[in-house]
This record gives sequence, structure tokens and C-alpha cells, in this order.
Amino acid sequence: MDDLKKDFKQERHEDYAVELIEITKKFPGVLANDRVTVKIKKGEVHAIVGENGAGKSTLMNQLYGLYRPDSGEIRIFGQKKVFNGPRDAIKAGIGMVHQHFMLVDTLTVAENVVLGNEPVKGLNFDLKKARQEVRELSEKYGLYVDVDAKIEDIPVGMQQRVEIIKTLYRGASIIILDEPTAVLTPQEVEELFVIMRNLQKSGKTLLFISHKLNEVMEISDRITVMRGGKVTGELITKDTNEREIARAMVGRDVVLKLDKAPHKPKEVVFEVKDLWVKDNRHLDAVRGVSLQVRKGEVVGIAGVAGNGQSELVEAITGLRKVEKGEIIFEGKNVTNKHPRILREMGMTHIAEDRLKHALIKPFPAYYNVVLGRHYKRPFANGAFLNHKEIKRYTTELMEEFDVRPRIIEHLGGNFSGGNQQKLVVGREIKAGPKFMVVAQPTRGLDVGAIEFIHRQILKMREQDLGILLISMELEEIFSLSDRILVMYEGQIMGEVKPEETTIEEVGLMMAGKRLEEIRGGRNEENN
Amino acid sequence: MKKIIESIAVPVISVVIALLISALIILAIGKNPIEAYGKLIHGAFGSQQAIIDTLIKTTPLILTGLAVGFGFRAGVFNIGAEGQMAMGALMAAVFASNFGGLPPAVAIPLTMLIGMLAGAGWAAIAGFLKAKTGAHEVVTTIMLNWTTTYIASFVITGPLATGSGTPKSPEISTSAQLPILMRVGAMELSAGIIISIVAAIFMYVFLSKTTTGYEIKAVGFNPYAAEYGGISVAKNIVLAMAISGALAGLAGVTELMGVHHRFLGELSGGKGFDGISIALIGQNNPIGIIFAALLIGALRTGSNEMQFMGVSKYIVIIVQAIVIFLVAADRIVKAIYARKKVKA
Repeated sequence: MDDLKKDFKQERHEDYAVELIEITKKFPGVLANDRVTVKIKKGEVHAIVGENGAGKSTLMNQLYGLYRPDSGEIRIFGQKKVFNGPRDAIKAGIGMVHQHFMLVDTLTVAENVVLGNEPVKGLNFDLKKARQEVRELSEKYGLYVDVDAKIEDIPVGMQQRVEIIKTLYRGASIIILDEPTAVLTPQEVEELFVIMRNLQKSGKTLLFISHKLNEVMEISDRITVMRGGKVTGELITKDTNEREIARAMVGRDVVLKLDKAPHKPKEVVFEVKDLWVKDNRHLDAVRGVSLQVRKGEVVGIAGVAGNGQSELVEAITGLRKVEKGEIIFEGKNVTNKHPRILREMGMTHIAEDRLKHALIKPFPAYYNVVLGRHYKRPFANGAFLNHKEIKRYTTELMEEFDVRPRIIEHLGGNFSGGNQQKLVVGREIKAGPKFMVVAQPTRGLDVGAIEFIHRQILKMREQDLGILLISMELEEIFSLSDRILVMYEGQIMGEVKPEETTIEEVGLMMAGKRLEEIRGGRNEENN
Repeated sequence: MKKIIESIAVPVISVVIALLISALIILAIGKNPIEAYGKLIHGAFGSQQAIIDTLIKTTPLILTGLAVGFGFRAGVFNIGAEGQMAMGALMAAVFASNFGGLPPAVAIPLTMLIGMLAGAGWAAIAGFLKAKTGAHEVVTTIMLNWTTTYIASFVITGPLATGSGTPKSPEISTSAQLPILMRVGAMELSAGIIISIVAAIFMYVFLSKTTTGYEIKAVGFNPYAAEYGGISVAKNIVLAMAISGALAGLAGVTELMGVHHRFLGELSGGKGFDGISIALIGQNNPIGIIFAALLIGALRTGSNEMQFMGVSKYIVIIVQAIVIFLVAADRIVKAIYARKKVKA
């Protein structure tokens, strides 16, 4: 039976650009890929989806020669290959656009593209030829770039196009795009999709790694779903839907829309009065913000990134100096108090940048999980850490918040993004706060983790915690908040209730219109 | 367990490679490397006297290694162990010549305490400047090193000068001198070696078992996350520098109490800077630092005998330099180690 299957597979090698057959890759304590078989047809856009830690990146890194599989076979255009490094993979026609761009900021676009394969004239670098070649490539595939601009001066979307051109310059016919949309604005995503279709038309095979289901539905021809290191679904895009993909991803039905139970907020627990905060360049970033949060209420702050939200959060949580104004928590003035005092009083904080603020990468999970409470009972006995209790508590937390792999000695930096966030969210919730600042809680996470974290936030709301939610994701703001404040250039443009407003109205406020102007204007029109 | 083996692998392989490269150099000057290394080992461990000499040289190296290693663990680069060591010895010398009336059980700990406090206070200046103004500790501790040099030469040529000939302070009271564990010929091994090993154990326990150790490591790894977790970065930087300085001060004061019994100005002879190499070779691990200090101490002691057969004693400096280079560039060694494992 098995032999028969094998024969059947062998017949069709020519149809495929990439065949990954029975790939297994182990890391200490983790089976990252468990006999994974994925076959990608020539000229298709093939999406590989899965939650964080499902093994997508590990699989792609093996295809790109960064890791060697423990067992299994890689075939490119029907030929068996063993890659000892990316150089071999590039030679075989594979290009990869990483999530974090590998570009030299101070060099120009053309210089970056040819880096490592520079055209030469005699002994000199032939910049003229490089510029011309890059320009030709960009025109051929409709990838608009300014060949003479320095990388540091161009937007993220264009940087990504430079990465794509780089793969084409090296002769790639199979291009791996690792979560390419994570860093893009909605408009840039659309541009990327146009480029991807152009590439497909000219015969390239594309691998699209993502966990955003709507994007996968829009751009791909076929989909491979991974979960826990295994393939759990092979779907044809036009015959499937988001719900089916989500089920294969998380192994159960996912509620894509949350039911928010009505909940009556109680007294005010947290208040900010006319707050002024400066940013790192000593410019006013928060300019006179006032707001209140009541117990049992989620107050959402919407806004385009960089309008003072980060500075507001840091000032509230004691990480940045308040220039003017007051912060009142449980009736006490806590302006410019140290984070430890705020934590003692019952304020916790899910930081927007988990790698900078919320996590100590070289610390094991069990040290990360007690950060902020490490000096208190039961985690400390006087001056000494109580390792036994710390480890017991970590096991409990990892169980409760489903952190994987469930190894308490695993270093913070070695967990996948979603699992790092679960560690942080678990820590901040289990600290038993009265008020919580939640900034970008689901940035870069997959559907399963997003749903989980949203449920946790609503659960805390039902337990009468006050929650201040800061998010760039409008959908998140709308589905969780009881009230929405919109921030623009350090000021609040207006306050609305999600059921009484529209995305457009909030969008206008995000662009700098005050609520009174919008509603005033509309009333005039109506009259 | 695997982790322990891997962390030992880098320094051990580095030492082996360094010895091999140096062997080529010895060959190039027309000598027999096996014979030279034989003399080196004999000079360091071949007799009771040699062993004691090695241990005497090792004692302050353990302490300066711990001082710098502790700083590294806390994310500060204390390049000023040299100055803190001298400051510790100097302040202790000022007081300890008047401790004749005290019994040793009081005088010894008191002298040690003075030395540690002086080192701690001196290093804390750099810590305070870093915490308050952001001034980098590498710059400020080097400045403090020079400050110490001039203060020291002023004090022993001026207010504290005694006798004639080389500048020196008066001898410290007998009750403040460390007890001698072993005496062979003119060599006296004092209890300083025990103090240094106790200090290593202290550092291990402090860093891995206490809440303050947790905080200092957190600040060293990620000051932003530490502050977010309610850990005062400023306080811990000052504290880390002070503890690092206290260890360096202890190095100075054990030299004073156990070896010279006087303050001689340039008493440290670069041992503070050796602490940097030792911390690197020992991977900032207290136990590793003990062995790294022993290695350097043995090389220094054994090199004299090697010189008698016509191989310059500076060969050991070459060995030391290659070891540091390889440990600092540990990827080279790890790659070799990984390849070996694949083959095996």
C-alpha cells in the first residue's frame, strides 16, 4: 500500500517546483517539523498558514538552506537537493524575503540589490551597470523603486520591494515571502498583492507565509495548514473559506467575532488629568490628555501609530516622566511614581513591545513569569528566591495560558512570538491587578492566540477590572471597548461608543478631525 | 548538563589551541615545545614551593576576575578593578598600622571591611555617574584608575612615607595580617586563597539565589524590562558597581594583609586588568573564574623556569592573548566544537 502511494507520487515530480517530503526537524525539547510533506506546483501562489510555533518558519528555513532537516527529502523542479547553506538554495533558484529585512541602511537601493554579486568593470564596482540592471528588473516586474535612494530614507513597503528585486537579481524562480504583510499598511498590502500577481504571471512560483486568513484567501491558489509541527490541512483556496482554514489551524472552531456580554461599569478607578509628556526628542508627544477608566470597563484608545500613544502608556505606567498634569489611581496621585509602587498598588501593564519591555530574553520562563513580583512572597523568602514555588507557579501559569512548549527552563527569547505574549499576558493577569494597561496585546499574533487574549481581556472586564486598551487594530478596539477615544498628535479627538459610531467616523478622527467637527458638519448636511 | 559541558568546552578548547599555536612559535625559535611546556608545568606545580607560589599569584587574580565578572553579569564593564584594588589596599593600610591593640579576630575582618568599602565606594562613583548622567563606566573607571595612581604615589611619598629607598607605607599591625597556612622556604601562603574562594561562592549564591541577584541580572540583560518590572535600574547599576568594586578592594586588601604587609603604591601590577581576561576566560562564572585565575597564575609562575632553557617567558603572554582572543570570538571555537560533534 505504502509502495503504491510512493510510485504514484514519483510520477508527478515534473509538476512541482518544490517538494518537501517527510521533513523532520528536531530542536532540543521541540519537534518543530514532524514528517511534513508539502508540494508546491510550478507557477502557483502557495500559502503556508499556521499559528506561531506551528513550524512554518522552521520548514522555510530548511528550504532556504538555513537549517538541515534531520530526515526527509527536498526536491526542486523534480531534482533531489541537499542544501548546506543559503548559497546552495539560491543556486537552485530559491529566493527568500525575510520578515526582518536584510538590507544595509546606508547603501542605496541599487547597491543593496547587487551586494554580494556586484557587477565589475576591471577591478572596480560598476555602479552604472548595477543601476541599469536594477532598473530593468524593477520595470519588468512592476516593482517601483528609486534605485538611487538610500534604504534608510525609503518607506517599509519599498524596502520590501528591494528585497524582492534582490531575489530576482540572483535568479530566483521560487520566492518565499515570510509574513510579508506584517509590517505593511493596508494600502501597501494591496500593492504587494499586485506585484505578487505580476510575478506569478511571469512564471514565478511564490510561497506566502502568513496567518492572516483574509489575505491568504485573496492571494493564494492553494493552502497548506500547519499545526504543532504537522500538516493539518491541504486546501484549494477557491473551494474553502476562512472558517475551515481557522479550524485546521487551531484544531477547533474559532469564534471570529466575539460576543461581548453587557456589563455595567462601576466607580472610577483610574484617571488622567491634562497630561503632558515629551518624547525621546524632547518634543511634546502627549498634549493635554484627560481620561477616566471605571471598574469593569474597557476604554480603547485608537489612533495611527506614533500619535503619542506609546508615550502616554509609558507615562501612565511610570516609565516616562510626566511634564505636567496628574495621574490618579484609586484616589491617590501617582504622577511620576516608580513602576514598583504602581505594581504594588495593583496596576499591571502588557507592554506594546514585548521584546523591549515585557520580556527578558536570556531569562528562563520561570524567571520571566515572576518579573515584578520576584521579591515578594511566595516567590521570595526574605532575601532569597523561592525557586520551588517559582517553578511550581510557572508550570501552573503555562498550563493555564497554554504556553508552548511547556518547558519552564526554556529561555524567554526562544519561545515563538505568540507564546511569549501568552507568558506576558498570563503574568500580568495573574498578578491580580485592579487596573491594567493593555498596549497592542495581539500585535503579530495568529487567530488562535488573538481569540485567547481577547477572551482574557473580556473576562477581566467581567471581574470588574478597569482596562485601558491601546491598539492600532481598529477591529480590536471596536470588538473589546466600551468607550473609544481617538488620539491624534498627542490629543484626544473625541470619545465615542462602538455601537454608536462607524469605522469612517473613527477613521476621520484618526486623521485629525475633532468629533464635534465631524458630527457638526453632518448635522449641517442633514439640515 | 549539556549546557555546562558546552560552556566549559569553549575555554578548554581555546587553551589547547593557544598552546598549539605557541608551540609552533617555540619551534620557530628552535626550541623543543614539549620540553618548554614540561618546564612550564614543572615551574608551576613541580614542587611544594612552586605550588605555593602559583596559589599566591592566583589569589588576587580570582578576586579581580570575580570583580570584573560580576560587573559583566550586571551589564557594566568595570575596567577600574585596578584602581579599586589599589584604593582598597591604600585605605586599609592607612588604618591597619594602628590596629596593634586589637585582637586578630577583630583587626582582620575590620581591615578587610575597610578595604572592601574603599573599593566599593570608589567604583560606586562610576556607577552613580552612569545612573545619573549616562557617563559610560569604561571612561569614568579609567579616569578613576589614574586618579588612584596619583593619590597613591602622593600618599606613600608624603603623609604615609616611611623609611628610605622605595616608597612604602609603614607595616600594618601584626594582628591585621592574614594567618599563614603554609610556609616553604621564603614562600608564605596566607589565608587569602580561602577568602578568594569564599568570595567566589558568595558571588555564585548571590547571583543565583537572591532577589537582589535576580534584579542585578535583569538589569544587565534588559534594563527596559527591568524598569518595567519595577526594578530600579539606577539603584542596581550603583549597587552592581559597588559590589564589583568591593571584590576588587578585597583583592587589594588580601595582597596587603597576606603578602606585602605594606602599601607599595603600584602594588597591583596590572592584576586589575588581568581580571578582565580572567572573567572572559571563566565566562563570568564564579567557578570558571577560579580555574581561569589558576591558569593565568600557573602560566606566570611557570614561565620563569621555562626562561632558564632559553624560551622567553613572554611566550605565556602569547598563550594568554590567544586564549582571550578565542574566548571573545567564541564562535570560532563553537564551530570547531560543533564540527567535532558531528563527526563523532
